[in-house]
Amino acid sequence: MLKIRNIRTYYGNIQALKGITLDIAEGEIITLIGANGAGKSTTLMSICGVARPRYGEIFFRGTPIHEMSTEKIVALGICQVPEGRRIFPNLTVMENLEMGAFLRRDGHGIKNDLDHVFDLFPILAQRRSQAGGTLSGGEQQMLAISRALMARPKLLLLDEPSLGLAPLIIQQIFEIIKKINAESKTTIFLVEQNANLALKVAHRGYVMENGLITMSDSAINLLGNEEVKKAYLGL
Amino acid sequence: MDYFLELFLGGLTRGSIYALIALGYTMVYGIIELINFAHGEIYMIGAFTALIAASVLNIMGFGPVTILILAMVLAIVYSCAYGVTMEKIAYKPLRHSTRLAPLISAIGMSIFFQNYVLLAQTSDFLPFPSLLPELEILEPYAYIIRSSEVFIILTTFGVMVLLTLLIKFTRIGKAMRATAQDRTMAMLVGVDVNRVISMTFIIGSSMAAIGGVLIASHIGQINFYIGFIAGIKAFTAAVLGGIGSIPGAVLGSLVLGWTESFATGYISSDYEDVFAFGFLVLILIFRPAGLLGKATTQKV
Ligand SMILES: Nc1ncnc2c1ncn2[C@@H]1O[C@H](COP(=O)(O)OP(=O)(O)O)[C@@H](O)[C@H]1O
Ligand SMILES: [Mg+2]
Repeated sequence: MLKIRNIRTYYGNIQALKGITLDIAEGEIITLIGANGAGKSTTLMSICGVARPRYGEIFFRGTPIHEMSTEKIVALGICQVPEGRRIFPNLTVMENLEMGAFLRRDGHGIKNDLDHVFDLFPILAQRRSQAGGTLSGGEQQMLAISRALMARPKLLLLDEPSLGLAPLIIQQIFEIIKKINAESKTTIFLVEQNANLALKVAHRGYVMENGLITMSDSAINLLGNEEVKKAYLGL
Repeated sequence: MDYFLELFLGGLTRGSIYALIALGYTMVYGIIELINFAHGEIYMIGAFTALIAASVLNIMGFGPVTILILAMVLAIVYSCAYGVTMEKIAYKPLRHSTRLAPLISAIGMSIFFQNYVLLAQTSDFLPFPSLLPELEILEPYAYIIRSSEVFIILTTFGVMVLLTLLIKFTRIGKAMRATAQDRTMAMLVGVDVNRVISMTFIIGSSMAAIGGVLIASHIGQINFYIGFIAGIKAFTAAVLGGIGSIPGAVLGSLVLGWTESFATGYISSDYEDVFAFGFLVLILIFRPAGLLGKATTQKV
């Protein structure tokens, strides 16, 4: 579904990605784990065309997207829940959700999807007319995921959804991630520092260090891998 | 009491014109964090377009209402064309450079437009026809308010209502708010940020053009320099209210209009600017972000 071929992305003269190649197949949950500063967020921003790779190619269902504008990439069905959630603070919960469906014109479908996300996260229905910035961290994460779902993504990119949340909320969020993948066959690319959690929901995983992919294997094998255990699982 | 009312309405008129211009400053700042110093010149170009259009239409024998409407529409169209083109040529290429570069570019555009009109037209004041109709019912109150003032106040009020509805309820309005709050995130939900920026310049230029035509018609003369003066005042009003805040721009404009009007009326017209800027300094000492601005924005 998504093919990334040897991309190198720079911030000015700093090279953040030093040749990343990875593949995501339809219907998978793929995880990318790595320490802070490894280049995980830059990988996601490169897919979305926010950070432009200077070299390399990215294909989505065969279409080259590495030179496409971000709104065209989003229109193809790639949605990101970025690091730090980035809720529009002064828009209401409802308006944040409407912004998620910005490129859609099917009023009826949007209405159904609203009901669907309110089913997934009933707390959002209660808070619908509150400003996004007034929500708690956990609620904001729920809103950020819901906002992305409002676009009916084919590929959902999640950047550290567990960051800064209480364990109970994290459990709940990861249950939902599994459910989204199982029920609507949405392909998920999950970036995490919390490797233990991520490898338990993912089918396959990549390990990233200093802008390079250093390992790729099935999630089960990575969980059992001695190096991964030492470096990322704290065992 | 009548004198107070006269000054109050005079201040409201001034404030309305400032608001029509200040909104352009504040909206552009909200979206691209640029003080568009050439915005006053867009207002001036609107007034000149209306002057030329009105003269031609008058020769062609059109009636006063037709002339007003057509001159206004043409002023809006030309101002928008200049505003959008200016963004594409002078600001867009500098979007990823240092903060100072687009600011210098804006000052350059301002000087350019002034000299462009100076050379293409004249440096003298030109008489501007009074396009706004006289209302007979107001005749007995002529010592308090003129018809043109009523038109300015009502038109501005109508424009504010339309703008509020646009920003609050339309798709482009939501996209504008989202872009102002987090541009990258707006891109990630599919907003075409270039379109939002163009739209912001269109809305700002339209309001400036409306202001330009109204005030030129009220005062009765224009020259190439009116945009600079009005621009500085409107910019002051936008800062007073909290740059980036739409209600702030309107509030700041009214406060500035009344301050000037009362200072002129009760003290002396020599002190109009002293009071206006003195008041600005005073407010910024106590509220550095302006009356309705957020304390966190530290962008220029
Ligand atoms: N906007 C930026 N400007 C300059 N350097 C950046 C920027 N964003 C990230 N970097 C650098 O790029 C590298 C990768 O960052 P990032 O992709 O955020 O890593 P991760 O998400 O894995 O923590 C880091 O060295 C970081 O300092
Ligand atoms: Mg990151």
